[in-house]
Amino acid sequence: MSSPDPSSSAAPEPGTPQIAERALLSEIDASTRGPVFLFLVSGILWLLLGTAFALIASIKLHNPAFMGLQEWLTFGNVRTAHLNTVIYGWSTNAAFAVAFWLMARLSRTRLQHVGVLYVAGALWNAGVAIGIAGILRGDSTSVEWLEFPPYATPVLFVAYALVGVWAVVNFRYRQQGHVYVSQWYLLAALFWFPWLYSIAQIMLIFAPARGTVQSLVNWWFAHNVLGLWFTPIGLASIYYFLPKVLGKPIHSYYLSVLGFWSLALFYNWAGVHHLIGGPVPAWVLTAGIVASLMMVIPVVVTGINHHLTMLGSFSQLRTSPTLRFMVFGGVSYTLVSLIGSAMAVRSFNELSHFTHFTVAHAHHGMYAFFTMVMFGAIYYMMPRLVLREWPSAVLISAHFWACAVGITIYVVGLSLGGLIQGWELNATTTSATGEVSLRFPLFLGIVKDVVPYLISRSLAGMLITIGHLAFAVNFGWMLLRPRAAGTSAPTLFHTPSAMQAARRS
Amino acid sequence: MNKGPLLFLGIFFTLALSWTGIVLVNQIQYGRLTPLMDTDTSVAYPQAMAGLARQGQLVYQQLGCVYCHSQQVRRPGFGTDDLRGWGERQSVARDYVQQGRVFLGTMRTGPDLMNVGARPLNADWHFKHLLDPQLTSPGSIMAPFGFLFETRKIIGQPSPKAIQGLPPIYAAVPGYEVVPTHRAEALVAYLMSLKFEFEYPEARPVPTAGGTKK
Repeated sequence: MSSPDPSSSAAPEPGTPQIAERALLSEIDASTRGPVFLFLVSGILWLLLGTAFALIASIKLHNPAFMGLQEWLTFGNVRTAHLNTVIYGWSTNAAFAVAFWLMARLSRTRLQHVGVLYVAGALWNAGVAIGIAGILRGDSTSVEWLEFPPYATPVLFVAYALVGVWAVVNFRYRQQGHVYVSQWYLLAALFWFPWLYSIAQIMLIFAPARGTVQSLVNWWFAHNVLGLWFTPIGLASIYYFLPKVLGKPIHSYYLSVLGFWSLALFYNWAGVHHLIGGPVPAWVLTAGIVASLMMVIPVVVTGINHHLTMLGSFSQLRTSPTLRFMVFGGVSYTLVSLIGSAMAVRSFNELSHFTHFTVAHAHHGMYAFFTMVMFGAIYYMMPRLVLREWPSAVLISAHFWACAVGITIYVVGLSLGGLIQGWELNATTTSATGEVSLRFPLFLGIVKDVVPYLISRSLAGMLITIGHLAFAVNFGWMLLRPRAAGTSAPTLFHTPSAMQAARRS
Repeated sequence: MNKGPLLFLGIFFTLALSWTGIVLVNQIQYGRLTPLMDTDTSVAYPQAMAGLARQGQLVYQQLGCVYCHSQQVRRPGFGTDDLRGWGERQSVARDYVQQGRVFLGTMRTGPDLMNVGARPLNADWHFKHLLDPQLTSPGSIMAPFGFLFETRKIIGQPSPKAIQGLPPIYAAVPGYEVVPTHRAEALVAYLMSLKFEFEYPEARPVPTAGGTKK
């Protein structure tokens, strides 16, 4: 990046002018500690709960009698509880924590009005808890991504609005003229989400629109939760941590600008591709398909920018946990987005729509991209917040490999199952007389053919669970153990002798 | 990009564009779509849902049926919805104007239910299928909904609603019967009401010269 912002473009070199710089950064870090802990700890608790829901739901789908007698854990409830726990509990809490920390560092100012964030954090987590309980007791709205019952959502909206207002106010305290690319994404995300959420709540729950206008609002919202909330936070993190860990600037400032504005322009139109073939106006579907394909621009541009930044530094993947999670997330972002664009093309959509391929795709984006990036960010932030290192490199390694292998099996297995499901649903044969008939007329036969892939999903889920447990144990251990004197070298996968105690900013 | 206000304007207008295009324009275009009066019979289609079916729709919502069952038939030639007997014609926006909440769905782990009420399945089949899908559809991965039924002691006359012909594991103790709860009855009434066969003018696009296959 040809930006003049030294804090984000390069790690400080050891030397006297950097001492004041380091002191400032650790003062800023210290000011974020309270709110970041609040959001991270609650996020990780939700992650564990969400993982448990996920496993139950996954097992039920190939073994429906499993916990089949409890109404509160019926598939429709537990699957929905899983989605909302990991989206609003884990991912959003993690996104908040990372966003505050980045915002304070990039604005080069201590976090202001921390009290607002405590209130917002308490409200947000109370709202999520009420919402999950509501879903389990049968009050789900059954509107995808908006299942929280109406008595939980106003609390969530107030919490989020507080965060949004806080972000704008804090942004105005910034010390430097230059606004780094990560800050564009953070500001945009924090502004976009309350807008999406309030419109969706009003038009779907409180004063529902008539007929399938609901579906359009639903997918305008649901896809944008990913596109305009999680994706910008994930990209903001990659744009910050990649140069930070590598100690060199982002390859191109102009590619960053192009990537940001093309994403802002196109992503928010793409969601309606979830309705292709459905009873909504054809023009809006076509517009959504065009936007989905245009998304190739920001994705490729961002991918190239990150790749060229990494070029020559891939050996550092062996040592830095943050970098390894970030790069896994960044590569997944490129892949999942290109697959997503392909899924919007009508001919491919005919095959993949209504199948497990979409489920695999959603996890590819939310997990292999976003969640892995959040893990990477947490590995970087925590030592700077608690002023001690991660207790165990083995647990970090176990976390990475269990999750990386787990999500790969998940996405590959379920995508394959989805393609088979889609093909069998659609395949026809034409007789000699020209009569078209189904090649797989028995629906139950198709169901049975997909079951092995659903089992592979459960196995992948168990691996991911192991990874999460390793992460949670390491995290709790780090928080609770007393500060050991004298150990200040960062916890890396392999510690090269040359960098024993040099890499702290 | 150092200008905060300019950045903010850009952020505002990009989302404003799709908000206008996807939400506002469509709300104006067909947000007030009304049922169509059939001049032959003076009945407006789609018809309003009956009371019990409306309650059943709420049960459908509570149990999250929408996550495995769609309610939309795609046009002939796009997918095989017509060949699977899920509907004679494609679903159109007007089909949904009488439903409080629309359950288009995005997943077909199970079959589409847009016209499940038109299939040759009686209430007894639906009750057994809900009680345990393996009774009617061996190998199904649908969740069993045993909690929508109660097993109770027969006092006096057996209930006329009791489910007949259950295999021994469900009717193990003589003198007991399995009876659907009100929620099960409402859900089945809702499912059996799902039938959208009226031919709106917009429901059948004129076939192209090459036939209906794309």
